[in-house]
Amino acid sequence: MSEQADIIFTDEQQQLLEIAEIFSGNKSPMDAVRRQLEAESSIAPELWREIADLGWLGIAIPEEYGGSGLGLGEVATIVEPMGRNLFSSPLISTTLAAQAILRGGGEQQKSQWLPRLAAGTVAALALTEAHGDWDLTNLTCSATRDGDRLHLSGGKTFVTDAEMADLFLISVELAGEPHVVLVEPSDFGADAMHREIVIDESRRSHALSLDGVSIHLDNLLPSANLHRLHLAACLLYAAEMCGGTAGVINVTVDYLTTRRQFDHFIGAYQALKHPMVDALVGLEQARSHLYHAATVFDMNEGRGEVAVRMAKAQAADAFAFASDRAIQFHGAFGFTYECDAQLYRRRALWCEQQHGDGAHHRKHLAELLLD
Amino acid sequence: MRITDQELNEFRAEVSAWLRDNAPGDPGFLLPQSFMEVGTDQQFDFLRDWQRKVYEAGYLGLAWPAEYGGGGEDQALQDIATAEMVRQNVPFMTNTIGLNWAGPLILHMGSEAQKQAYIKRILSAEDIWCQGFSEPDHGSDLGNAQLRAIREGDEFVLNGSKIWTSLGAYADFIILLARTDTQTNTKYEGLSYFLAPMKIAGVDPSPIKKLTGEHGFTQTFFNDARISESCLIGEEGGGWQVAMKTLTFERAVSGGQAGGVASMTVSAREVVELARHALRDGRPAIQDPLVRDQLVSFLMEERGMALNNSRAKIPALISERPASIALSRKLTGTEWRRRLNQFAVTLQGANASRYVGDDSAVDGGRWQRGYFQAFSGTIGGGTTQIQKNIVGERVLGLPKQD
Ligand SMILES: Cc1cc2nc3c(=O)[nH]c(=O)nc-3n(C[C@H](O)[C@H](O)[C@H](O)COP(=O)(O)OP(=O)(O)OC[C@H]3O[C@@H](n4cnc5c(N)ncnc54)[C@H](O)[C@@H]3O)c2cc1C
Repeated sequence: MSEQADIIFTDEQQQLLEIAEIFSGNKSPMDAVRRQLEAESSIAPELWREIADLGWLGIAIPEEYGGSGLGLGEVATIVEPMGRNLFSSPLISTTLAAQAILRGGGEQQKSQWLPRLAAGTVAALALTEAHGDWDLTNLTCSATRDGDRLHLSGGKTFVTDAEMADLFLISVELAGEPHVVLVEPSDFGADAMHREIVIDESRRSHALSLDGVSIHLDNLLPSANLHRLHLAACLLYAAEMCGGTAGVINVTVDYLTTRRQFDHFIGAYQALKHPMVDALVGLEQARSHLYHAATVFDMNEGRGEVAVRMAKAQAADAFAFASDRAIQFHGAFGFTYECDAQLYRRRALWCEQQHGDGAHHRKHLAELLLD
Repeated sequence: MRITDQELNEFRAEVSAWLRDNAPGDPGFLLPQSFMEVGTDQQFDFLRDWQRKVYEAGYLGLAWPAEYGGGGEDQALQDIATAEMVRQNVPFMTNTIGLNWAGPLILHMGSEAQKQAYIKRILSAEDIWCQGFSEPDHGSDLGNAQLRAIREGDEFVLNGSKIWTSLGAYADFIILLARTDTQTNTKYEGLSYFLAPMKIAGVDPSPIKKLTGEHGFTQTFFNDARISESCLIGEEGGGWQVAMKTLTFERAVSGGQAGGVASMTVSAREVVELARHALRDGRPAIQDPLVRDQLVSFLMEERGMALNNSRAKIPALISERPASIALSRKLTGTEWRRRLNQFAVTLQGANASRYVGDDSAVDGGRWQRGYFQAFSGTIGGGTTQIQKNIVGERVLGLPKQD
């Protein structure tokens, strides 16, 4: 165990973390978060531009394609403070799309798309289907080949940030194998997209119909590697959840140190104090798993899988507990829409249920660790 | 003076080889799992000899000052030696209270005479130390300790009793919190702290049987026991601060310990092995989905604790609450250990009902006994509940309950 128990945190990461903490705190105070819930898209275009200008969309894209040539560990480092401030943006989906193209795309696809994604073109991922199975290879959407065309059919769900996207990465079954295709908005019919009502109101999620979509064969990624894409998503979601857990603990502590009942600040009561410590301990473990996963993810695939699944499972459970208790510990105020606890609870539920909850990952960890 | 990686690696290899050649094998009797459990003369003699051997080989107190018997070396070397002891799972250092609490305290604030008198003999286990904090009526509420120390000239006369004194039956010295003044404004101001001899007239440790049926700690009675005022450490009336400082060493919140381990480690991997052999409905328990989920949870927590230690060394990753990991370490580790042992017991099916001494007990009953013993960690040194108060108040900034 001890040889495995390492975390490397580079100077670059430290700088990124510091900048992202300040940036997210400034750009996403709670009133901005609330305003954004009602907005058309998950992020204001000007703000998205600022993120692109900071170079954050190209962090894990090699320099030859317009990025800075770092890894997903560095991306996780900026996602964490964003999660803490309930920041919403297509950064995760765009980063993951770039990863899928980088790892599985042909040279032409890489040089066409990676520089654009690094510069701020939004990409959406369409991986999930109506059955809700976390197994990304369980596909009912399909592509059939017709000369140099691919005809797509079926429907996708939980396509976030579709309203801003200029590129869609869609998983389909082709000749019995899972594949990923690149589709541009102009390829869709007029009614292909409709907005879904989802629990995390800061997300813009859509259902997407592929029926009638036809694309050139050049838009097929030579290799899909949905497994790596799934793990990359887990890593970034773990980061977002660690941030969210820290955020909601602070919100709750604020209330516990200002609200008085029976002549005491309620935080003095151990029935509240001790579960808050449990939440903190859960957070500390989650962050340690996160930064370990961030360290080994790009170094070693096998070890990376164990680390990432642990990070996702631990963060999901920690965030669920901390945000659930946040509602309870605010009393009836916690039951209101106005109380921020619900924002975190909704965020936690979303992040937990995308790409597998704790029990799901423990089941896969059991296969990796026990058999 | 920065040690090179190569020097560290060479040292690791040297310690590793020495331990392989010199670690005592199976003594043929039941060994305790931690210093709080030493209960028989046989166990004690065995463990004391082992500590002396480690010290004489140069692997204990490596970073303590050479003029008092330490190695005068870099802490990194001691950390390596300690890590090797953990890795090879050799017996623990029985004089833990001396090595890790009293010793660092004396080095931190003791007089020159105290350092000269005690430090080397702590390392060599010539002097065994125990701790006299808890009393029958005052445990968690340590600041309320009432054992009386009344000044008579240049002596103090001790009356009252301490309880749950680990190693009390073997100790030569005691770190003792006693009340020198009953007329103070707060309960804390009347306390003084002594480095007191145990083997003198009027000090009488009386063994207490633990829930395991074994002996381990004592109630330590003081009847007109006379000690010199030179036993004071810190100011007369300043005992509370010294006690708090001691607890930072005890809970490893402050560094400066001599090294070596205080208890045997348990690993979740051992319970995974147990699950391979235990049966559920005719099949190995390790195939049961609920058992698998639990085993993975234990492995995750175990790794999470190790990773916490790595992260705690990276200031940028603990900047919001720098003390959080350090202050919650005891709570997290001891509760994990208790639950792990408990789970290992329940894995055994009907055989979970056997106990140490029964020929058919699984693994000689070590999990049943381990479960009972694990409460030494969740109660001793400040209970889990008290730890949660500390973390809640000092780390999260929640108000104290009055
Ligand atoms: C194996 C072992 C070895 C020990 N060795 C030593 C030793 O060498 N020297 C020494 O001085 N002491 C020793 N102790 C004693 C130990 O430090 C005390 O047992 C401990 O501090 C608790 O005190 P208590 O037993 O009086 O329990 P109490 O303080 O009476 O507590 C009883 C219960 O109430 C809870 N409780 C108490 N106060 C609060 C509060 N404010 N908030 C919430 N819950 C609370 C406790 O958590 C516990 O569950 C040892 C104990 C054990 C088990």
